[in-house]
Amino acid sequence: MSPRVGVVLFPGSNCEQDAVEAIGDLGGDAEILWHGDASIGDVDAVIVPGGFAHGDYLRPGAIARFSPVMAAVSNFAQAGGAVVGICNGFQVLTEAGLLPGALQKNRGLKFLCTTVSLRVVSTDSVLTSEAEIGQELRIPINHFEGNYTCSPGTLAELQAEDRIVLRYVDNPNGSVDDIAGICSAGRNVVGLMPHPERACNELLGSIDGRPLLQSLLESARISV
Amino acid sequence: MVFTVHVDVQLRPGIADPQGSTIERSLPTLGFEGVDAVRVGKSIRFRIEASDEATALAHVEDLCERFLTNPVIEDATIELQVDVGAPA
Repeated sequence: MSPRVGVVLFPGSNCEQDAVEAIGDLGGDAEILWHGDASIGDVDAVIVPGGFAHGDYLRPGAIARFSPVMAAVSNFAQAGGAVVGICNGFQVLTEAGLLPGALQKNRGLKFLCTTVSLRVVSTDSVLTSEAEIGQELRIPINHFEGNYTCSPGTLAELQAEDRIVLRYVDNPNGSVDDIAGICSAGRNVVGLMPHPERACNELLGSIDGRPLLQSLLESARISV
Repeated sequence: MVFTVHVDVQLRPGIADPQGSTIERSLPTLGFEGVDAVRVGKSIRFRIEASDEATALAHVEDLCERFLTNPVIEDATIELQVDVGAPA
Protein backbone atom coordinates (compact mmCIF):
# COMPACT_ATOMS: atom_id res chain seq x y z
CA MET A 1 0.00 0.00 0.00
CA SER A 2 1.36 3.44 -0.91
CA PRO A 3 1.84 5.80 1.99
CA ARG A 4 -0.75 8.55 2.08
CA VAL A 5 0.60 12.08 2.32
CA GLY A 6 -1.75 14.95 3.12
CA VAL A 7 -0.82 18.34 1.68
CA VAL A 8 -2.45 21.24 3.53
CA LEU A 9 -4.12 23.88 1.37
CA PHE A 10 -4.65 27.32 2.90
CA PRO A 11 -6.10 30.25 0.99
CA GLY A 12 -2.89 31.63 -0.54
CA SER A 13 -0.89 28.39 -0.64
CA ASN A 14 0.74 28.06 -4.06
CA CYS A 15 3.06 25.05 -3.93
CA GLU A 16 0.55 22.36 -2.97
CA GLN A 17 0.24 20.94 -6.50
CA ASP A 18 4.03 20.75 -6.86
CA ALA A 19 4.12 18.72 -3.64
CA VAL A 20 1.24 16.47 -4.76
CA GLU A 21 2.96 15.89 -8.12
CA ALA A 22 6.36 15.11 -6.58
CA ILE A 23 4.93 12.73 -3.98
CA GLY A 24 2.92 10.95 -6.71
CA ASP A 25 6.04 10.59 -8.91
CA LEU A 26 7.89 9.01 -6.00
CA GLY A 27 5.19 6.41 -5.48
CA GLY A 28 3.22 8.05 -2.70
CA ASP A 29 -0.48 8.73 -2.60
CA ALA A 30 -0.94 12.48 -2.09
CA GLU A 31 -4.15 14.24 -1.21
CA ILE A 32 -5.09 17.82 -0.46
CA LEU A 33 -6.22 18.70 3.08
CA TRP A 34 -8.42 21.81 3.21
CA HIS A 35 -7.37 24.21 5.97
CA GLY A 36 -10.95 24.68 7.15
CA ASP A 37 -11.41 20.98 7.97
CA ALA A 38 -10.73 20.04 11.57
CA SER A 39 -9.52 16.56 10.55
CA ILE A 40 -6.64 15.23 8.47
CA GLY A 41 -8.28 11.85 7.97
CA ASP A 42 -5.94 8.88 8.18
CA VAL A 43 -2.91 10.20 6.29
CA ASP A 44 0.53 8.80 7.15
CA ALA A 45 2.41 12.10 6.77
CA VAL A 46 1.63 15.79 6.33
CA ILE A 47 3.26 18.45 4.16
CA VAL A 48 2.57 22.12 4.91
CA PRO A 49 3.48 23.63 1.54
CA GLY A 50 4.84 26.97 0.43
CA GLY A 51 2.93 30.07 -0.58
CA PHE A 52 1.36 32.96 1.27
CA ALA A 53 -1.16 31.35 3.62
CA HIS A 54 -3.89 33.87 4.46
CA GLY A 55 -1.92 36.47 2.53
CA ASP A 56 0.90 36.40 5.12
CA TYR A 57 -1.13 39.10 6.90
CA LEU A 58 0.34 40.26 10.22
CA ARG A 59 3.30 37.86 9.84
CA PRO A 60 3.83 34.79 7.65
CA GLY A 61 2.04 31.90 9.36
CA ALA A 62 0.46 34.06 12.08
CA ILE A 63 -3.13 33.58 10.85
CA ALA A 64 -2.61 30.13 9.34
CA ARG A 65 -1.85 28.58 12.67
CA PHE A 66 -5.43 29.30 13.75
CA SER A 67 -6.92 27.40 10.78
CA PRO A 68 -8.97 24.42 12.05
CA VAL A 69 -6.69 21.91 10.31
CA MET A 70 -3.69 23.02 12.37
CA ALA A 71 -5.06 21.57 15.62
CA ALA A 72 -5.27 18.18 13.86
CA VAL A 73 -1.77 18.60 12.39
CA SER A 74 -0.46 19.51 15.83
CA ASN A 75 -2.09 16.42 17.44
CA PHE A 76 -0.69 14.25 14.65
CA ALA A 77 2.80 15.70 15.23
CA GLN A 78 2.57 15.24 18.98
CA ALA A 79 1.63 11.60 18.41
CA GLY A 80 4.85 11.18 16.41
CA GLY A 81 3.43 11.65 12.89
CA ALA A 82 5.77 12.96 10.17
CA VAL A 83 5.13 16.64 9.38
CA VAL A 84 7.22 18.69 6.97
CA GLY A 85 6.84 22.43 6.48
CA ILE A 86 8.35 23.83 3.31
CA CYS A 87 9.06 27.58 3.01
CA ASN A 88 5.80 29.25 4.12
CA GLY A 89 5.00 25.90 5.73
CA PHE A 90 8.16 26.25 7.87
CA GLN A 91 6.94 29.71 8.93
CA VAL A 92 3.54 28.23 9.80
CA LEU A 93 5.13 25.49 11.93
CA THR A 94 7.26 27.97 13.90
CA GLU A 95 4.21 30.20 14.50
CA ALA A 96 2.24 27.13 15.59
CA GLY A 97 4.95 26.28 18.11
CA LEU A 98 5.76 22.93 16.48
CA LEU A 99 9.29 24.14 15.75
CA PRO A 100 11.36 26.69 17.71
CA GLY A 101 12.62 30.04 16.45
CA ALA A 102 11.28 32.37 13.79
CA LEU A 103 11.91 33.41 10.20
CA GLN A 104 12.75 37.07 9.77
CA LYS A 105 13.28 39.13 6.63
CA ASN A 106 16.28 38.20 4.50
CA ARG A 107 19.46 40.00 5.46
CA GLY A 108 19.70 41.73 2.08
CA LEU A 109 16.03 42.82 2.14
CA LYS A 110 15.54 41.12 -1.22
CA PHE A 111 13.10 38.42 -2.23
CA LEU A 112 15.35 35.51 -3.22
CA CYS A 113 14.44 33.25 -6.12
CA THR A 114 17.38 31.07 -7.07
CA THR A 115 18.86 27.61 -6.67
CA VAL A 116 21.24 27.05 -3.77
CA SER A 117 23.49 24.29 -2.48
CA LEU A 118 22.51 22.64 0.79
CA ARG A 119 24.57 20.32 2.92
CA VAL A 120 22.93 17.45 4.76
CA VAL A 121 23.97 17.85 8.39
CA SER A 122 21.87 15.20 10.11
CA THR A 123 20.17 12.11 8.69
CA ASP A 124 18.23 11.56 11.89
CA SER A 125 14.94 13.14 10.79
CA VAL A 126 11.88 12.23 8.76
CA LEU A 127 13.13 14.36 5.84
CA THR A 128 16.78 13.29 5.70
CA SER A 129 16.88 9.61 6.69
CA GLU A 130 17.54 8.49 3.09
CA ALA A 131 20.20 11.16 2.45
CA GLU A 132 23.86 11.02 3.42
CA ILE A 133 25.68 13.24 5.87
CA GLY A 134 27.76 15.77 3.96
CA GLN A 135 25.78 15.22 0.76
CA GLU A 136 25.31 18.43 -1.25
CA LEU A 137 21.90 19.06 -2.76
CA ARG A 138 20.96 21.70 -5.35
CA ILE A 139 17.48 22.92 -4.36
CA PRO A 140 15.55 26.10 -5.23
CA ILE A 141 14.70 28.79 -2.69
CA ASN A 142 11.93 31.32 -3.14
CA HIS A 143 11.38 33.55 -0.12
CA PHE A 144 11.53 36.98 1.48
CA GLU A 145 11.32 35.91 5.11
CA GLY A 146 13.70 32.97 5.29
CA ASN A 147 16.32 34.31 7.66
CA TYR A 148 16.12 31.81 10.51
CA THR A 149 16.69 33.20 13.99
CA CYS A 150 16.29 31.95 17.54
CA SER A 151 17.55 32.67 21.04
CA PRO A 152 21.17 31.67 21.82
CA GLY A 153 19.77 29.03 24.20
CA THR A 154 17.59 27.49 21.47
CA LEU A 155 20.52 27.53 19.03
CA ALA A 156 22.75 25.73 21.53
CA GLU A 157 20.00 23.14 22.03
CA LEU A 158 19.53 22.61 18.27
CA GLN A 159 23.29 22.15 17.87
CA ALA A 160 23.73 19.86 20.89
CA GLU A 161 20.77 17.67 19.90
CA ASP A 162 21.82 17.38 16.23
CA ARG A 163 18.57 19.04 15.17
CA ILE A 164 20.01 21.21 12.39
CA VAL A 165 19.30 18.90 9.46
CA LEU A 166 20.30 21.09 6.49
CA ARG A 167 22.70 24.02 6.15
CA TYR A 168 23.30 26.42 3.28
CA VAL A 169 26.74 25.98 1.71
CA ASP A 170 26.72 29.71 0.87
CA ASN A 171 24.26 31.44 3.22
CA PRO A 172 21.86 33.47 1.02
CA ASN A 173 19.62 35.10 3.63
CA GLY A 174 21.52 35.63 6.89
CA SER A 175 20.13 32.61 8.75
CA VAL A 176 21.91 32.00 12.04
CA ASP A 177 24.49 29.20 11.79
CA ASP A 178 23.64 28.84 8.04
CA ILE A 179 20.46 26.98 9.01
CA ALA A 180 18.27 25.90 6.09
CA GLY A 181 16.23 23.29 7.97
CA ILE A 182 15.69 22.01 11.51
CA CYS A 183 13.73 19.23 13.18
CA SER A 184 11.73 18.90 16.39
CA ALA A 185 13.03 17.15 19.50
CA GLY A 186 11.07 14.07 18.38
CA ARG A 187 12.74 14.37 14.91
CA ASN A 188 9.32 13.87 13.23
CA VAL A 189 8.62 17.55 12.48
CA VAL A 190 10.94 19.23 9.98
CA GLY A 191 10.89 22.76 8.61
CA LEU A 192 13.02 24.03 5.74
CA MET A 193 13.02 27.10 3.52
CA PRO A 194 14.21 25.41 0.27
CA HIS A 195 11.73 23.61 -1.99
CA PRO A 196 12.60 19.91 -2.49
CA GLU A 197 9.30 19.36 -4.34
CA ARG A 198 10.58 21.64 -7.11
CA ALA A 199 13.72 19.56 -7.55
CA CYS A 200 12.22 16.13 -8.26
CA ASN A 201 12.15 16.09 -12.04
CA GLU A 202 15.05 16.42 -14.48
CA LEU A 203 12.97 18.81 -16.57
CA LEU A 204 13.11 21.25 -13.66
CA GLY A 205 16.90 21.23 -13.53
CA SER A 206 17.55 19.13 -10.43
CA ILE A 207 16.42 15.87 -8.89
CA ASP A 208 18.20 16.53 -5.61
CA GLY A 209 14.90 16.95 -3.78
CA ARG A 210 14.12 13.27 -4.27
CA PRO A 211 16.16 11.82 -1.40
CA LEU A 212 14.41 14.26 0.94
CA LEU A 213 10.87 13.43 -0.13
CA GLN A 214 11.79 9.75 -0.35
CA SER A 215 12.82 9.99 3.30
CA LEU A 216 9.40 11.39 4.11
CA LEU A 217 7.71 8.54 2.22
CA GLU A 218 9.84 6.00 4.10
CA SER A 219 8.78 7.58 7.41
CA ALA A 220 5.17 7.50 6.25
CA ARG A 221 5.52 3.87 5.15
CA ILE A 222 6.58 2.88 8.67
CA SER A 223 3.29 4.21 10.00
CA VAL A 224 1.20 2.46 7.27
CA MET B 1 -16.17 50.25 29.53
CA VAL B 2 -14.65 50.71 26.11
CA PHE B 3 -10.94 51.41 25.67
CA THR B 4 -9.00 52.49 22.63
CA VAL B 5 -5.76 50.61 22.23
CA HIS B 6 -2.62 51.33 20.30
CA VAL B 7 -0.08 48.52 20.04
CA ASP B 8 3.36 49.44 18.73
CA VAL B 9 5.20 46.34 17.50
CA GLN B 10 8.96 46.61 17.14
CA LEU B 11 11.66 44.08 16.35
CA ARG B 12 13.54 43.18 19.52
CA PRO B 13 16.93 44.76 20.10
CA GLY B 14 19.57 42.72 18.31
CA ILE B 15 17.17 41.44 15.63
CA ALA B 16 18.33 42.71 12.25
CA ASP B 17 15.95 45.21 10.71
CA PRO B 18 16.80 45.28 7.00
CA GLN B 19 13.99 47.74 6.26
CA GLY B 20 15.30 50.17 8.87
CA SER B 21 18.89 49.82 7.64
CA THR B 22 17.85 50.34 4.02
CA ILE B 23 15.94 53.51 4.89
CA GLU B 24 18.92 54.72 6.91
CA ARG B 25 21.36 54.07 4.08
CA SER B 26 19.18 55.88 1.58
CA LEU B 27 18.75 59.06 3.65
CA PRO B 28 22.11 60.70 2.83
CA THR B 29 21.45 60.33 -0.89
CA LEU B 30 18.32 62.44 -0.37
CA GLY B 31 20.30 65.03 1.55
CA PHE B 32 19.19 64.04 5.06
CA GLU B 33 22.32 63.82 7.19
CA GLY B 34 22.75 62.80 10.82
CA VAL B 35 19.91 60.29 11.05
CA ASP B 36 20.63 56.94 12.65
CA ALA B 37 18.99 54.11 14.63
CA VAL B 38 16.12 53.80 12.13
CA ARG B 39 13.78 50.96 13.07
CA VAL B 40 10.61 49.93 11.24
CA GLY B 41 7.69 48.41 13.13
CA LYS B 42 3.92 48.06 13.02
CA SER B 43 1.21 50.18 14.53
CA ILE B 44 -2.03 48.38 15.37
CA ARG B 45 -5.10 50.20 16.71
CA PHE B 46 -8.38 48.77 17.98
CA ARG B 47 -11.08 49.11 20.64
CA ILE B 48 -11.78 46.64 23.41
CA GLU B 49 -14.61 46.33 25.91
CA ALA B 50 -13.79 45.25 29.47
CA SER B 51 -15.08 45.80 33.00
CA ASP B 52 -12.08 47.94 33.99
CA GLU B 53 -8.67 49.10 32.80
CA ALA B 54 -6.66 46.33 34.47
CA THR B 55 -8.81 43.65 32.81
CA ALA B 56 -8.54 45.38 29.44
CA LEU B 57 -4.76 45.59 29.78
CA ALA B 58 -4.50 41.92 30.74
CA HIS B 59 -6.54 40.95 27.64
CA VAL B 60 -4.42 43.11 25.36
CA GLU B 61 -1.18 41.72 26.81
CA ASP B 62 -2.43 38.19 26.19
CA LEU B 63 -3.48 39.16 22.66
CA CYS B 64 -0.03 40.62 21.97
CA GLU B 65 1.79 37.59 23.36
CA ARG B 66 -0.25 35.02 21.47
CA PHE B 67 -1.11 36.75 18.23
CA LEU B 68 -0.07 40.31 17.48
CA THR B 69 3.63 39.69 18.05
CA ASN B 70 6.02 36.81 17.60
CA PRO B 71 7.83 37.00 20.95
CA VAL B 72 10.92 35.37 19.41
CA ILE B 73 11.62 38.48 17.36
CA GLU B 74 9.18 41.22 18.40
CA ASP B 75 8.19 43.32 21.42
CA ALA B 76 4.95 45.23 21.91
CA THR B 77 4.34 48.55 23.63
CA ILE B 78 0.72 49.02 24.66
CA GLU B 79 -1.10 52.35 25.04
CA LEU B 80 -4.60 52.09 26.43
CA GLN B 81 -7.14 54.86 27.06
CA VAL B 82 -10.81 55.10 27.93
CA ASP B 83 -12.70 55.67 24.69
CA VAL B 84 -14.29 59.05 25.32
CA GLY B 85 -16.47 58.74 22.24
CA ALA B 86 -18.15 55.54 23.45
CA PRO B 87 -21.59 55.66 25.08
CA ALA B 88 -21.31 55.30 28.87
